[in-house]
Amino acid sequence: MTGRDLSKILRANIREYGMYIALAVIMVIFTATTKGLFISSRNIGNLMNQTGYIAVLAVGMTLVIVIRHIDLSVGYLSGFLGALVAIGLVFWHVPIYVVIPVVLVLGIIAGLLVSIPVAYMAIPAFVTTLAGWLIYRGALLLVTLKTGTIVIPDETFNAIGNGYVPDLLAPLGVLPGVHKLTLALGVLGIFWYIIGQLRGRRAKRAYNFEVLPTDLFAIKLVFISIVISLITWVIAGYNGLSWTEVIVIVVVAIYHFVTTRTVMGRHIYAIGGNPEAAALSGINVKRLTLIVFGSMGMLSALSGMLFASRLRSATTTAGQLFELDSIAAAFIGGVSPAGGVGKVIGSLIGALVYMSLTSGMNLMGVDISSQYIVRGAVLAVAVIFDVLTRRTRK
Amino acid sequence: MGAPLLEMKNITKTFPGVVALSNVSFSVNAGEIHCLVGENGAGKSTLMKVLSGVYPHGEYTGDIIFNGKTQEYRGIADSEKAGIAIIYQELALVPEMTVYENIFLGHELRAGFLVDLNETIKKAGEMLFKVRLDVNPETKVRELGVGKQQLVEIAKALSREVKLLVLDEPTAALNEDDCQNLFEILRGLKSHGVTCIMISHKLREVTQIGDMVTVLRDGQTICTLDARKGEVSEGVLIKHMVGREIDNVYPRRTHQRSDQVVLEVKNWNVLDPRLGRAVLRDISFNVKKGEIVGFSGLMGSGRTELARSIFGNPDGYRVSGELKLHDYQRRFVHPKEAIRRGVAYATEDRKLNGLILIQDVKQNITLANLREIARNGVVDMNAEVKVATEFKEALSIKTPSLEQTVSNLSGGNQQKVSVAKWLFVKPEVLILDEPTRGIDVGAKYEIYTIMNRLVGDGMSIIMISSELPEILGMSDRIYVISAGRITGELDVADATQEKIMQLATR
Repeated sequence: MTGRDLSKILRANIREYGMYIALAVIMVIFTATTKGLFISSRNIGNLMNQTGYIAVLAVGMTLVIVIRHIDLSVGYLSGFLGALVAIGLVFWHVPIYVVIPVVLVLGIIAGLLVSIPVAYMAIPAFVTTLAGWLIYRGALLLVTLKTGTIVIPDETFNAIGNGYVPDLLAPLGVLPGVHKLTLALGVLGIFWYIIGQLRGRRAKRAYNFEVLPTDLFAIKLVFISIVISLITWVIAGYNGLSWTEVIVIVVVAIYHFVTTRTVMGRHIYAIGGNPEAAALSGINVKRLTLIVFGSMGMLSALSGMLFASRLRSATTTAGQLFELDSIAAAFIGGVSPAGGVGKVIGSLIGALVYMSLTSGMNLMGVDISSQYIVRGAVLAVAVIFDVLTRRTRK
Repeated sequence: MGAPLLEMKNITKTFPGVVALSNVSFSVNAGEIHCLVGENGAGKSTLMKVLSGVYPHGEYTGDIIFNGKTQEYRGIADSEKAGIAIIYQELALVPEMTVYENIFLGHELRAGFLVDLNETIKKAGEMLFKVRLDVNPETKVRELGVGKQQLVEIAKALSREVKLLVLDEPTAALNEDDCQNLFEILRGLKSHGVTCIMISHKLREVTQIGDMVTVLRDGQTICTLDARKGEVSEGVLIKHMVGREIDNVYPRRTHQRSDQVVLEVKNWNVLDPRLGRAVLRDISFNVKKGEIVGFSGLMGSGRTELARSIFGNPDGYRVSGELKLHDYQRRFVHPKEAIRRGVAYATEDRKLNGLILIQDVKQNITLANLREIARNGVVDMNAEVKVATEFKEALSIKTPSLEQTVSNLSGGNQQKVSVAKWLFVKPEVLILDEPTRGIDVGAKYEIYTIMNRLVGDGMSIIMISSELPEILGMSDRIYVISAGRITGELDVADATQEKIMQLATR
């Protein structure tokens, strides 16, 4: 009976699990072809840090695509705002705790600028954000015109993209070479997950709703716990949790909560499903359009900072193609181009798949031309798989 | 009489988990108008999709014999070549193209590599004459009303020398005049040897136009009746369709009407800036507590515009006039405000702008009033399921689960979800725009029962409807609207179909 239930649940959620399976398969293949180098703690740590600036963009892009728009401006916007951070820190000597919030706010304003014509004049976002793409590209070149690459000497700032959370538990002295705070956080995460699941299950029971059979529920808890443990162990093996990882986890957690649990999140998905019906249901479509683009702008600023910090400098080409990388990540992660469908966590996995391909192929020594072709093929296969599995569910 | 023009024998079509058609046999003689009736989900549309090759040979079992030959269509192109044309409820015209371009779309008249423009326009004119449509072939389809667009579709079918014309609910969006006009044309086509299959929910029309009527129920052929032998009447059809007697299509009303005016509209003028002209002029009416007020009028008379201009004006009309809710002056600038003040509006087209089709039943039900089940902006998912379950039971929404995607429900159950969604905002005034369009007799009866229960509980309902029997059967008072003006107010006791029609065409 359990077997049949399990296969039924798997089949019903094949689209969602497909992504995780794809990520696992890609990781196994690269681990095999690189003789274990790929799965090494050091490589995975680097991979996570490189994924950071695409992942935060993909999270924002998820919402933009869900409400049936697109934002092409985010790449150069992130490059431009990254350069502003560098200028602020290096030339104007503005303290870091002022620069960061100011640039985040500038990002929000930039997002609002491209979306006001979208929300109030029904101009396609493709057009306004294409204009934004050109303008921010020009702006990036303009501010870096005289100096070229701006090297950022501020190590506090550079820690965002390169630094790690200090191991506060190091004095314990056990398990040398392993980041013990990361392990502790992983264990906490598992507890938090299990308690959350148990509480949700109890609340459902209280309402007399259907819950997973006990054995399946136990299997699920054990499986997810093992996955979290493995990830924690790998990350803890090399310097532990990086600040980039912390930022991505916080961003994804906030956006996941907002999209799945809040009234605003539900309204955003309703707009994507049917904008007119949403408006007639009393939803302020214009306001939410501004909010979604504003959040996209803020995440662009964050992405720009992650990237500038990672490179310890602002360059004239920063942000190039980030918009298309993040759109690809969102699509690989199951966001529907037709709108109304797509999960924030899916886009995170999509970004990981996308960046794993780059990382893995680099380790294998595959040349860049073939890398593009492989990434394109993966994007096409992911979207086709997505459409096909969606159809069979009807 | 020789062999029938079309014979479908023992057609069985299954979808995963569902038998849509089970051993259906259906035959149509040349030169007759054959009506196909049945509740939603009875299998009419599936049968026509088998006929047209949408479900190609091999996806169903059974035989199709058309014109004396067994047919094995691989797609729509094959059935079109054989002389079968299907006109769907949702018209398949390109709005930005002209009438003649649409008529010859896909089989353009060529002169060498180019389209022969003069010949096309001339031929299109001939086709339009056949369907008695007096428009310039160079008009864009976008500029025509629904009724005329339908005639363009028929002209398109005629241009392909069609032998069998299938019309899927052709009158669903038409007013009485356009319907009668359409029937005249169908009769004309019949005399020129074009055979017709018409799917319809409007039984009165079936009795008017059908020579033969076949009833489907639950994927099976129930019977085929010959109208020329007097076998067809609305009562007989309803009995066969639902398999039980419905003694009265409209449930008995015992409305406790009060004199307390809930909603009052005075000197309401609405201008559509896109059309650059007024769509409503000098509208005044009121709605009392616990009554159903019917708004009757032809398509395009301004009924929907009236509802939408009151309900927060999402179309950006320029509105002047006075709107009072319980003696308080109001002007809603967004549907949100109308909802907050207790006015709800269920749209006429639930699929286009009523429901979020890709979302599930519970999400649709709670959408317009999510804050009710949220704390600090966070939705209580368990409370949501509880609310949805209550509505599912109260309105007997038939769905395998609350997580079912709404697009998978039948029309009647979708309509119930739409009604549930608006009941959850706990309105005082509920505007229902064509509440029973395209849903079957059984579901209609249930919707009517729900409406009566609501007014019994003190709600006021404004019902906009194209169907006169529905207006007469359900309303306490009737306003007739014509060309943007209210042309009359009738108490249901004094109203007749003729009186209403007279006012509606004034």
